[in-house]
Amino acid sequence: MQVYGVDIASRLLLGTAQYPSPTILGEAVQASGAEIVTVSLRRESGGDQHGQAFWTLIRDMGARVLPNTAGCHTVKEAVTTAQMAREVFDTNWIKLEVIGDNDTLCPNVFDLVEAARVLSEDGFEVFPYTTEDLVVAEHLLQAGCKVLMPWGAPIGTGLGLNNAYGLRTMRAHFADVPMIIDAGIGLPSHAAHAMELGFDAVLLNTAVARAGDPVAMARAFAQAVEAGSTARSADPMEARDMASPSTPVLGKASLG
Amino acid sequence: MKIIVNGQSLEVTATLLDAALGELGYGEARVATALNGEFVPAPARASTSLGNGDRLEILAPMQGG
Repeated sequence: MQVYGVDIASRLLLGTAQYPSPTILGEAVQASGAEIVTVSLRRESGGDQHGQAFWTLIRDMGARVLPNTAGCHTVKEAVTTAQMAREVFDTNWIKLEVIGDNDTLCPNVFDLVEAARVLSEDGFEVFPYTTEDLVVAEHLLQAGCKVLMPWGAPIGTGLGLNNAYGLRTMRAHFADVPMIIDAGIGLPSHAAHAMELGFDAVLLNTAVARAGDPVAMARAFAQAVEAGSTARSADPMEARDMASPSTPVLGKASLG
Repeated sequence: MKIIVNGQSLEVTATLLDAALGELGYGEARVATALNGEFVPAPARASTSLGNGDRLEILAPMQGG
């Protein structure tokens, strides 16, 4: 996969939140094989060094960071957060989230497009967290995005691919655009499904961080992503409604 | 003067942003700043004046999804 001119071998992007400990986070990232990890910015008091310790941990992992604008509800909030993230993390990459609804964490796609335009014009390389809506996707591309990140399901639900038809259509419609399924992945089988549909990668966090054994789950996701990717390359059979015997009928004995 | 730092009202004597960060204990910490909702790049901190009641956001790297 190539995003914004960077070759990425791993098809799994991993979030860094909600792990039981920094040590387990580090081991999970290693087990996942992820080359890109998502991070955020939050308030820190002067005496507190949590942010600095976290930054040291991430830097030592050697992974490329993708800062997010999680929790932003307006263009202004998202743009300012992105500007601050660019300085702190020293990257033009930004995972752009502009939330429109607190129950579903559904993106506000109108403000998302506008924020993507503002940030792209300012030199950012935007990874927009969006829906499977084709018209919105087209507007995001026109705004300067070179990658799309449609949701599988609402963030943190673990429901998998809620609208496989819509995602399949999106994949077919934007055949040449790198696309990453972001959010809603709960099981390795969901990740494999996304890869079988032809998506370039999956981005997930809670499914690994909240597993009983995050390190083992990270490994399971890596295997699932690889399996799904290989299956896509192997050109899966077409599904059909009626049964068809796999054992040859020709030469069957007449025993009735 | 009193300014609002990360939502908390604090007294500072510094009148410039870079000096206020030092006074508040951030030192060389890897943080980004926004004053009254506007991003202030690190090179501009030394020339950014603070006023009574200003809202200062100081953000640091954190876990994220």
